[in-house]
Amino acid sequence: MKRNKTVRGLAALASIAMVLTAAPRADEFSEEDLARWQQEYMAVVKKGDRLFHGGLSSDNTVSCDQCHPNAANTHPETYPKFQQQLGRVAELWEMINWCIENPLESAPLAADDPRMTALQAYIAEERRGAVLEPGKH
Amino acid sequence: MTDNSRRRFLKQGGALLAASTLPVSLVELAFGKGSEDRFTFAYISDSHITQIKGNRFVRNWDRGLIRAVAEANLLDPRPDFVFYGGDIAQLGKPEEIDHGLELLGGLRGKVHYVMGEHDYYVDLGEYWRKQLGPDHYSFDHKGVHFVVLNSILTHEHWMHRKWDSGMDRMKEMARLDNPNGQPFMVGEAQRAWLKKDLAKVRKDTPVVVLSHSPLQKIYKGWNFWTDDAEQVQALLQRFDKVTVLYGHVHQIQTNQIGNISFHSAMATAWPWPYPESYRQKASYLPRLTVHMNRADPFFERDATGWQFIDMHSGRVDVSYILPDNSNRRVVFDEKSGHPVDTKYQDPARRIPPQKHY
Repeated sequence: MKRNKTVRGLAALASIAMVLTAAPRADEFSEEDLARWQQEYMAVVKKGDRLFHGGLSSDNTVSCDQCHPNAANTHPETYPKFQQQLGRVAELWEMINWCIENPLESAPLAADDPRMTALQAYIAEERRGAVLEPGKH
Repeated sequence: MTDNSRRRFLKQGGALLAASTLPVSLVELAFGKGSEDRFTFAYISDSHITQIKGNRFVRNWDRGLIRAVAEANLLDPRPDFVFYGGDIAQLGKPEEIDHGLELLGGLRGKVHYVMGEHDYYVDLGEYWRKQLGPDHYSFDHKGVHFVVLNSILTHEHWMHRKWDSGMDRMKEMARLDNPNGQPFMVGEAQRAWLKKDLAKVRKDTPVVVLSHSPLQKIYKGWNFWTDDAEQVQALLQRFDKVTVLYGHVHQIQTNQIGNISFHSAMATAWPWPYPESYRQKASYLPRLTVHMNRADPFFERDATGWQFIDMHSGRVDVSYILPDNSNRRVVFDEKSGHPVDTKYQDPARRIPPQKHY
């Protein structure tokens, strides 16, 4: 009985200690957290930058930056929009795949492929500051 | 649709097709009777022929050059010659230069070549010069002095630093938006040659200069730029009429600086965004420029093409031949003293696709 009490007491202490030293609550994050998250994001942007500049396996050697230096003329802020050539509303990743399949003559990526995420991160980063204007032509 | 209206439709359709593929009306305008000082030439640029492997080349870029050559061959009467504005190859490989020259070999008439950075940086222009001769030269034609410059040189220490291979150097230069990019320049030796070359030319002789990079400063980040542009412009200052024609930018640009008119060439391969489309850096697109329509990537030749030049009274009028779009014409306007787009110069007349952002 006494031993049980001790165990319970230790467990209670441990849980208090966990609360004191564990990660902050959901709405509490620090400057260090912000810096780390930015770092994580920029690592993916950098990966996208490499893929955009010849890092994607391209069957005909053509790369995204050949037509879009600094990802210019990709207008991520205008998606989703009515893509008149397709006759329907499309998302940016669909247009990225369009480029991969046509000028690059290569196989498309899945929408949730980490490489697709990286390409979109790089394109958005180069366009940072633009006003969000979905549907704009 | 009645038979009659259908016939009429077909006839009109046929006429439209002929007008869009054969720019014959432009040629008739250029050859008025008794105008011996008028002549024409074609101007093709930036084909970026790319070897995939062995005898496989990127189809899209091949088609652009093949189409330009076929269309330029339809000009009647024949232009006096053709200028090729540089970047035959993508990575300067002998295979790419040879394949490009094979396609260009289909052109009827003499071709004068300009060196581009994609032709140069793998072997510092050795193979190109072996096939085509000197990279800077001049000649006179019907009273006009033509000068060709190699404007894509850069700092000596960078060109000659210890590279693992010429291809490493080429790939650094081939990336347009390279953050470690080096600025283009004509360089001291060539400027001294130019000074000497121009010394024998009379002030009232029209001068036309061809370079690959713009001999003006537009946006350094993509080398829409020549570092010693002002020094070259200064050497051209004493002439009454000077025109600079350049490639590299893959888009229509127009400018007038003092006595010098500037016209760019479109690429046969692919179009580039106007520099203001990159919103992180400032750029200086010449204000006289009327933008091309924003390219429709679903038509692979859209916003690519070639140029047809009408030279008269020492001035240059440029017709931009766009396969999947309306042709554009930029002519020298004596009254305003600078080139103007014959249709869209007035901002009120511009159309939504010409807005770039």
